[in-house]
Amino acid sequence: MRRNIQMVFQDPYTSLNPRMTVGDIIGETFEIHPEVAPKGDRRRKVQELLDVVGLNPEYINRYPHQFSGGQRQRIGIARGLALNPEIIICDEPVSALDVSVQAQVINLMEKLQDEFNLSYIFIAHDLSIVRHISDRVGVMYLGKMAEIGTDAEIYEHPTHPYTQALLSAVPVPDPAAREGRERIILTGDVPSPANPPSGCRFRTRCWKAQDKCSTEEPLLAIPERFKGQDTPAAHNSACHFAEEKAILAV
Amino acid sequence: MLRDNISKQDEGGGVTTSEILSVAETGGGTGVPLLEVDNLQVEFKTRDGVAKAVNGVSYSVSAGETLAVLGESGSGKSVTAQAIMGILDSPPGRVAGGEVRFHGKDILKMSDEERRKLRGDKMAMIFQDALSSLNPVYSVGDQLGEMFRVHRGMSKKDAKVKAIELMDRVKIPAAKARVGDYPHQFSGGMRQRIMIAMALALEPDLIIADEPTTALDVTVQAQVMDLLAELQREMNMGLILITHDLGVVADVADKIAVMYAGRIVETAPVHEIYKRPSHPYTRGLLDSIPRLDQKGQELYAIKGLPPNLLRIPAGCAFSPRCPKAQDICRTEIPVLHPVTEQDGTELPGRGSACHFWKDQIHG
Repeated sequence: MRRNIQMVFQDPYTSLNPRMTVGDIIGETFEIHPEVAPKGDRRRKVQELLDVVGLNPEYINRYPHQFSGGQRQRIGIARGLALNPEIIICDEPVSALDVSVQAQVINLMEKLQDEFNLSYIFIAHDLSIVRHISDRVGVMYLGKMAEIGTDAEIYEHPTHPYTQALLSAVPVPDPAAREGRERIILTGDVPSPANPPSGCRFRTRCWKAQDKCSTEEPLLAIPERFKGQDTPAAHNSACHFAEEKAILAV
Repeated sequence: MLRDNISKQDEGGGVTTSEILSVAETGGGTGVPLLEVDNLQVEFKTRDGVAKAVNGVSYSVSAGETLAVLGESGSGKSVTAQAIMGILDSPPGRVAGGEVRFHGKDILKMSDEERRKLRGDKMAMIFQDALSSLNPVYSVGDQLGEMFRVHRGMSKKDAKVKAIELMDRVKIPAAKARVGDYPHQFSGGMRQRIMIAMALALEPDLIIADEPTTALDVTVQAQVMDLLAELQREMNMGLILITHDLGVVADVADKIAVMYAGRIVETAPVHEIYKRPSHPYTRGLLDSIPRLDQKGQELYAIKGLPPNLLRIPAGCAFSPRCPKAQDICRTEIPVLHPVTEQDGTELPGRGSACHFWKDQIHG
């Protein structure tokens, strides 16, 4: 199963074994799945992968510490690609990288997606990168999905208060776009997942919360008021009082 | 006058950006700026040679003003702050030149004892990681109270009252009940509030916040930034905000200094830098942020990597990554030129360390 689902981790400094060469790190996957590359063929295959992710194939005998953060993340991506998976789970793949290097890695990931017809589950908190790379977006809060839809539905027509607060809280690197934006500043912190609030988990920080929210857990479904309507607001949202609110100036 | 300064730089290498910047003291300051950093140089001895972390940085901050220092890791933004605070790891680090004037006095010439009295009292710092910056074996009340006991000679009892007041001020709920709690009993956002409380305790004139919200969730980040900005306004403090996040900068700063490989490459009032960057590095950073209208297209990416500080490229340190680099860029270090409109009108507070700044901003 894991052959078809691979993962790229957040921290390129701790997710590569410092005592192994790049060739061993990527080649190790073939040890476990020898059917993908027979023994004599492995070195060539690893070099091919290095080339695919934009690293010099001659670096195969180098150790992780000889690479920069962005290059290490490329090694992690090469390892993820080694078994020709169908899905790659990318857990914050660029958040540990310098800003000027992030775009390089994002471009690489998009290129690979086209080339190998990959599906990505892209876990991230940077909303501009999420929007850039995703077709569909799910917003999670305290272990549950709060809202899920296409990127346009979520970004332009959010109906869950948490999504709305999230979009409004994100620092926008453009003072002009920022001025027209309504700011919703949530109070308090994310509650402990060991003892989540009853009913809706977001209710302790929600400005719309009513009695119903503490007793009845909202289901992730198309809200009643939007059902059967041909509107982008008609997407799954786990809120009793879901309503549309445009946050970002589009 | 600006021209004179520039020619002085060309001859002696003495960069006087602070004078260029002081033209833009828009943020309510009059007379002498609160803090002036002038041609500061910091280096670190390493096994492989001397790493030049800060190479002639100059900036100034006035009371009530927020200066954002933007840069990637290794740009020297945090090291500059550590040198100002006097908490540089030394050795291996040392200040190799320059002045840091606080209320007009060069604090680099002060004795350790004098500087210790400044820290906490007149200038304070907020660190990125509150969990490792707070002492895990003392209650937050003890740690907040320590400021008053050490600097103000208060009794334990009075210090505790002050600690509770401070916790109220940074909006920690049920301050009275929580004053005896330990750092691990607070959430990340609450811990960062305690860090802010500690920095504000003695009402300093200057706060340096080094990536104060980077470790926090987005929704909590907004709370903490708002709180910091509100308290700054109330107390009319100068704030230096060190960050790599262009979004955070846009939200709170008055002016911005962009650093690359230990130098300031661009300065500007915050609104202008987004509209019209005058340095290819700043432009590259702005262009590499995904925009709505570019979905599905390849992102603009600055090629290459930030330089190794042991081997900073000759000439302009950004030249190996710069799409516009010419021969002169590889031989001559560009000074921070004052940026003007095409007709020569001055743009107050704007400077660009690019030989081709005119093409950047007008081209």
